[in-house]
Amino acid sequence: MLDQTTPLLSVRNLTVRFPSLHVTAPAVRGVNFDVGREKVGIIGESGSGKSTTGRALMRLLPKSTTITADRLNFQGEEVLTLSDRRMREIRGHSMAMILQDPKYSLNPVMTVGEQIAETAILHEKLSRRAARERTLDMLEQVHIRNPARVMDLYPHEVSGGMGQRIMISMMLITKPALIIADEPTSALDVSVRQQVLSILDELVSAHNMGLVFISHDLNLVRSFCDRVLIMYAGRIVEELPANQLDQATHPYTRGLLEALPSLLHPKDRLAVLQRDPSWMEA
Amino acid sequence: MADLNMIEIENLNISFGRGSRTNHVVQGIDLAVRKGECFGLVGESGCGKSTLLGAIAGRVKDWQGSIRIGGEQLGPKKRTHEQLRRQQMVFQDPFGSLHPRHTIGRILMEPLIIHGVKDREARVEKVLEQVGLLARFRFRYPHQLSGGQRQRVAIARALILEPEILLLDEPTSALDVSIQAEILNLLKDLRERTGLTYVLVSHDMAVVAHLCDRIAVMKDGQLVEISTRQAMIDGAVHHPYTRMLREGSLGYRPEGAVVPA
Repeated sequence: MLDQTTPLLSVRNLTVRFPSLHVTAPAVRGVNFDVGREKVGIIGESGSGKSTTGRALMRLLPKSTTITADRLNFQGEEVLTLSDRRMREIRGHSMAMILQDPKYSLNPVMTVGEQIAETAILHEKLSRRAARERTLDMLEQVHIRNPARVMDLYPHEVSGGMGQRIMISMMLITKPALIIADEPTSALDVSVRQQVLSILDELVSAHNMGLVFISHDLNLVRSFCDRVLIMYAGRIVEELPANQLDQATHPYTRGLLEALPSLLHPKDRLAVLQRDPSWMEA
Repeated sequence: MADLNMIEIENLNISFGRGSRTNHVVQGIDLAVRKGECFGLVGESGCGKSTLLGAIAGRVKDWQGSIRIGGEQLGPKKRTHEQLRRQQMVFQDPFGSLHPRHTIGRILMEPLIIHGVKDREARVEKVLEQVGLLARFRFRYPHQLSGGQRQRVAIARALILEPEILLLDEPTSALDVSIQAEILNLLKDLRERTGLTYVLVSHDMAVVAHLCDRIAVMKDGQLVEISTRQAMIDGAVHHPYTRMLREGSLGYRPEGAVVPA
């Protein structure tokens, strides 16, 4: 067992390159960060490489993708050199991923209960009966009323917020050490978003997990996470404690903050981000 | 004072389906939007805000009640071209709302052809300039444009018929923060220059408060509160649902979280 001070995940010089006929810049270029048992937010615009980074951590990118890193260490193991077999054991067991839209990420032809139980059966070798018990318990933990009824529903029969809670219960049933949440609440309404986030918050702290929270919503990350990484064009341009986001110094981060309409500090015109080519190299 | 109100809606009901499966999407809505005002409509998915907008635009035809635009009473039946020209829509997704195999020029030309407007070339050039795009963009296809540029084209297409009302259905929710700022600035400038009336539908309270003078909150097909921008900024809102939406736009509040009942 690792002690609390060593990070769960340590990434050095991670580069991801997609195959292309043309010579293109890599999608992720030399990214360095550590994740401990904390909530780390990754902010960036579409195309900044935040989701690609998240997927590279789990080796969920297509086979043709080139992923290189000086170090991609998860709980003492070098993720990039692991066999596919060992990777399958880790994925969903000690490292899990929550995706954006439950409509597309749940299997439409399996009941909710079967899908959640499948994880427990595969990874923990539980019997069907035991897995069912665990599933019921898990659904209760994500505050689903009447879990026995919900278990037998198909994904199209549940609402978006409930679908996302089902996703969370599926990912947390094996009590993973690290969760990667890729825009977990972007498809949800405000009221439901609060519920889903508070459940995620509660479970992550209760089980002492690490969380990588990928989002484009500055206000959300600022208030939800402990630490924020800001990505631009495949690089991390700035790293800050979440509550000090206002003191960001990088012009890109400043530009984003100023471009954001704010309810509490209304301004007549929003500043438009002037992109500087030198940020690509920073 | 009917001439000051651009849009007047009284006791509007919209339902889909019939018999026991009737779904009452909009229930007894009354509202008035003044000329030159920017009116915001917020609510969660399924509350009927887009349907209400559709009824104003003339896309949704099964409604009961009264809609008056520019003082003219409209029926649920077919509208004349002249009535349709008055209000134009901008949709949420600039990737889905532009024809992928038409050039920008052709996309902008189409409403002019339908409405039989002369002087098309000059109009296309003028409207592109209005939304801050170069004239050569008319020869491009939508896939050659960025998301922000596409949304500018969608706004140009709405403006080209010189409407009095712009109906904006989540115009920035598919865009990045920096691009959103550009589009919001553009919308603000256009209104100052041309005196258009806006009805803006959004789920983002900060966006609505940035543009709109008055903000209506909708829930389950009904208006729960009509508030002002200042009240929204100060937090002087009365309905618990409005307060919840407002809190939600400020970020994550662990203590404010509601466990589903």
